[in-house]
Amino acid sequence: MVTDSAYLIPLFPLLAFVINIFFGKKVGKRSAGISIAASAVSFAISLPLVMKVASTGAVYQNAFDWLALDGYTVRMGYLLDPLSATILFMVTLVGTLIQIYSMGYMHDDPRFSRFFAYVSLFMFAMLTLVISNNYMLFFMSWEIMGLCSYLLIGFWFEKNSAANASKKAFLTTRVGDIGLFLGILTLFVAIGTLNFDGLGDAVKSQAQNALLPWAMVLIFCGAIGKSGQFPLHVWLPDAMEGPTPVSALIHAATMVAAGVYLVARSFPLLEACPQAMTVVATVGTITAFMAAFIALTATDIKKVLAYSTVSQLGYMVTALGLGGLAAGTFHLTTHAFFKALLFMGAGSVIHGTGTQDIRELGGLFGKMKSTAWTFLIASLAIAGVPPLSGFWSKDEILLTAYRSESSLIYWILILTSFMTAFYMFRLVFLTFFGKPRNPKIHAHESPLSMTLPLWVLAVGAIVMGLPGSPFMHHWYQNFIHGFHHQGHHEVNIGVMISSVIVGLGGISLAFILYILKPLLAETLTKVFRPLHTASLNKLWFDEFYVACLIRPFHWLGRIMFGFDQKVVDGAVNGTGRGTMFTSVIHDLFDKYVVDGLVNFTGYFTQFWSAVIRRIQTGFVQNYMLIMFVSVLIFMYLELR
Amino acid sequence: MESHLLTWIVFTPLIGSFLIMLTPKAATDKIKWIATAVTSIVLLLAVMALFRFDPSQSGFQLVQRHAWIPQFNVQYILGTDGISFPMVFLTAIMSLLACVASFNITERQKEYYLLYLLLETGMMGTFLALDLFLFYVFWEIVLVPMYFLIGIWGGPRKEYAAIKFFLYTLAGSLFMLLGILALYLKTSPHTFDLTVITQTGFDFGFQKIIFMAFFLGFAIKVPIFPFHTWLPDAHVEAPTPISVILAGVLLKMGTYGFFRFSYPLFPDAAMWFRPAMALLAVIGIVYGGFCALAQSDFKKMVAYSSVSHMGFVLLGLAALNSIGLNGAMLQMFTHGTITGGLFLLVGVLYDRTHTRDLNAFGGIGSQVPIYAGILIFYSMASLGLPGLSGFISEFMTLLGSYQYHKFYTGLACIGIILAATYLLYMLQRILLGPLNEKWRGLAEINGREIFTLVPLMILIVVVGIYPSIILQYMTPTIDAMLANMGAILP
Repeated sequence: MVTDSAYLIPLFPLLAFVINIFFGKKVGKRSAGISIAASAVSFAISLPLVMKVASTGAVYQNAFDWLALDGYTVRMGYLLDPLSATILFMVTLVGTLIQIYSMGYMHDDPRFSRFFAYVSLFMFAMLTLVISNNYMLFFMSWEIMGLCSYLLIGFWFEKNSAANASKKAFLTTRVGDIGLFLGILTLFVAIGTLNFDGLGDAVKSQAQNALLPWAMVLIFCGAIGKSGQFPLHVWLPDAMEGPTPVSALIHAATMVAAGVYLVARSFPLLEACPQAMTVVATVGTITAFMAAFIALTATDIKKVLAYSTVSQLGYMVTALGLGGLAAGTFHLTTHAFFKALLFMGAGSVIHGTGTQDIRELGGLFGKMKSTAWTFLIASLAIAGVPPLSGFWSKDEILLTAYRSESSLIYWILILTSFMTAFYMFRLVFLTFFGKPRNPKIHAHESPLSMTLPLWVLAVGAIVMGLPGSPFMHHWYQNFIHGFHHQGHHEVNIGVMISSVIVGLGGISLAFILYILKPLLAETLTKVFRPLHTASLNKLWFDEFYVACLIRPFHWLGRIMFGFDQKVVDGAVNGTGRGTMFTSVIHDLFDKYVVDGLVNFTGYFTQFWSAVIRRIQTGFVQNYMLIMFVSVLIFMYLELR
Repeated sequence: MESHLLTWIVFTPLIGSFLIMLTPKAATDKIKWIATAVTSIVLLLAVMALFRFDPSQSGFQLVQRHAWIPQFNVQYILGTDGISFPMVFLTAIMSLLACVASFNITERQKEYYLLYLLLETGMMGTFLALDLFLFYVFWEIVLVPMYFLIGIWGGPRKEYAAIKFFLYTLAGSLFMLLGILALYLKTSPHTFDLTVITQTGFDFGFQKIIFMAFFLGFAIKVPIFPFHTWLPDAHVEAPTPISVILAGVLLKMGTYGFFRFSYPLFPDAAMWFRPAMALLAVIGIVYGGFCALAQSDFKKMVAYSSVSHMGFVLLGLAALNSIGLNGAMLQMFTHGTITGGLFLLVGVLYDRTHTRDLNAFGGIGSQVPIYAGILIFYSMASLGLPGLSGFISEFMTLLGSYQYHKFYTGLACIGIILAATYLLYMLQRILLGPLNEKWRGLAEINGREIFTLVPLMILIVVVGIYPSIILQYMTPTIDAMLANMGAILP
């Protein structure tokens, strides 16, 4: 195949991982160069392939035999179609930029090469996942990403909070992954194939199979875990314990988006199961709203962004659940750019000020020009201000919701849009405007290796929405369907206007509360005390899980172990002791009964012999007398 | 040499034992050298067998047959197929690595290595014997050196653990002996020859009784819940290399018994017993996982994780289809390599700190980064991370069992989550968090220890990435066995 160079895409980051992990000491600071180069080469290799797909909308694939399963052979390989090409482009580009940024951000870390080793392993897994041609390979790389996420969240593992967060992330996503695993098994049993290509046909031929909705819902569980959807979103905010570039790369732009990608990959299956679509849309909507609600009161700059990520992922999932494949994946792409940018901007702020508490920041605009400008651009994008990228993709999602049967979802999403704009500009105003709140902080701008990627991403955050906008005749929406139906995409001015209004409304409210009348915010807090407390406490999800899952689990473990020691092993030891006891009884029995019988026989014989011996006197007269008496007795008996 | 290859594999360690017997007690270096050389030769022989072995064939290969006790028609038959060959290979590797791991044992070395090599002969014989009488002899031979190895070189409660292990296993195998004798008397002409007995069909009632007799013998060895309590004691008390052999090879003798005897000989009974088998498997998986979660002793945690992971082998057996049985066979192999490695790691840490209490550590990841990396690797393998071999075997086992019983499969998945939980808790308590000052300057893992761990890691990665490399040896035999069972099944 002419596209077989696709096999090489994930291999370079893998190579970088191998070099950095085994020869980390030797390569030292050069490890960053190795990882960045590997990632850049992957980008260079994938670019012509992406162009090829983009120009024709065709599907390219190749695979080799991997595992024989009783008549079915799992074939591993790549699948390049509009969907994977889009994500491939995004991941290689954003990934490379974030690694360049990391070089500056991690510069003084003692485990510098280890960091780049993990990041390269992550890139390997993520790229494999994106171009994978079947669920098996997808799941394998999915889990390896989970490992990288674990290692990178816990990168500063000397901190207890980081160690806890990494464990929490792994275990929480693992719960979802088990669902995905079972979903894959169910799907395989139902339709007899694991391939993405031809999934639609395979599903159609089994349309009546009752297992299919189950398979889809179980597969979606994987997305719930990985993409931080309700109710498994709890790990993502904690994952901010990791270095900020990791938050940008893994926990904003790529890995957490893999859940959305999974649902998009399973789209033919999803479409065939209306019940599953309802589940997906509902979970997505709840997530979008809930996370935005929590983000309103968060004070940690990275936590605000983390909840924002959860919320935005909820948008994408909702779109897919409502049948909007183009809308969901479009937002996935644009979000990757502006959210990575936001995180990197936050990282730059942390790098320049040494704190991530927005209550201590303020007035950074003059001191960190590049950071502030790019952060502002990204915030405008996520708030949905035209013509930035976020506006176009969010508008697609709102349009999808508007056209769906459920107007409730539409209004919730509109409200969430308002909240999004508000919390983002709360963050912007508190961080970059006003007066510095902490005089001890002497902010300085970050080095070029950090600000350059910011500007490149800022360009992306501005223009990445164009392919899906009316200016390019909704090219992306046609492309994702392989140019099959060059549909007419109407523009709904009403939805657009309401989207702009809530976006600007949220920004204005933030402006009023945090710039014009700062005291008003405190008053509002008092008025809405219960809501504020609920938001501040993240709706008590963590407390709920600790009380209802984690403690009972450990408790069950102790109960079962106690049972094991007392009952099961008790029975074994009891048997042992019982045997010993019986042996003692046997011993007594042996001594007194068995041996007693033997001795008794002896005594008995001795006794009677002693008695009988008495008649053996040796005197003939006595014998004669006995004989005589005997004859007399005989005669008496006979003659009677 | 050509036709006696399997005999050499079985008896080379015994020759080594004699050599060590003739070596003066003080020449400890020489003794170690002999033991290592002998186990290496056995591995070499196993590799030679690998080249002679034709994976596409399903029948017994490299067969050797001699009369032994003609009066009772007892024969000396050795042979291997896709079921036993992976086990032989596993035994050869684990024996060599555990031998190298034994170097830091300083007490009564002559006896140690003598018994150790005797143990290898027993294990190899168990996997290669095709005559039931011969099999029983080897099966029991294994017990004796094991008893002494735990009882002399073990921890504080070694006597208790050794006697428990010995008596428990012996009790089980006596039932098996009765079963073997019953089979002998049932065939006419009377024979212990497995290849002949396999061809004989037995009526259902007889099958059930003998299946149960064999089951007791194997269940205790595996161990299957509720016969598992000897295992944590034996593991905790045994010296590190013996734990490795115990987990890596000995437990597999039990599940091997199901593959070799119970299933082919008593297919109806296997079918009849299937629901119970599946239930016991799931109980073992979940129960073992929960018990592992409750441990604060590193070694005991790994021991209970063994109970959980061996449950997957049983689940695959209960699935009674090609995917499930292949998965179960593969799980036997992968569990041997992964858990063996974990026990080695427990030993490495124990040698330096003289404690296994998980709460006594903390933050040592910064002191011993290489050790930390290897421990994370093995933990990931054990919790079934894709790309490593444990995932493939669990995947296949569960895919097989899914077709038999969806609910049990779902329950078994709880075991996977539990595995992740107890392993990550373990990692956190040992490696992560602030450094416990007591362990500042802890010595990093040394070259010899790395040597014992790396070959297994290579195996784990290779099998994880390309499982066909080992499955190709198993699948033809297992499929033929299933076909055979189907033919006997009504």
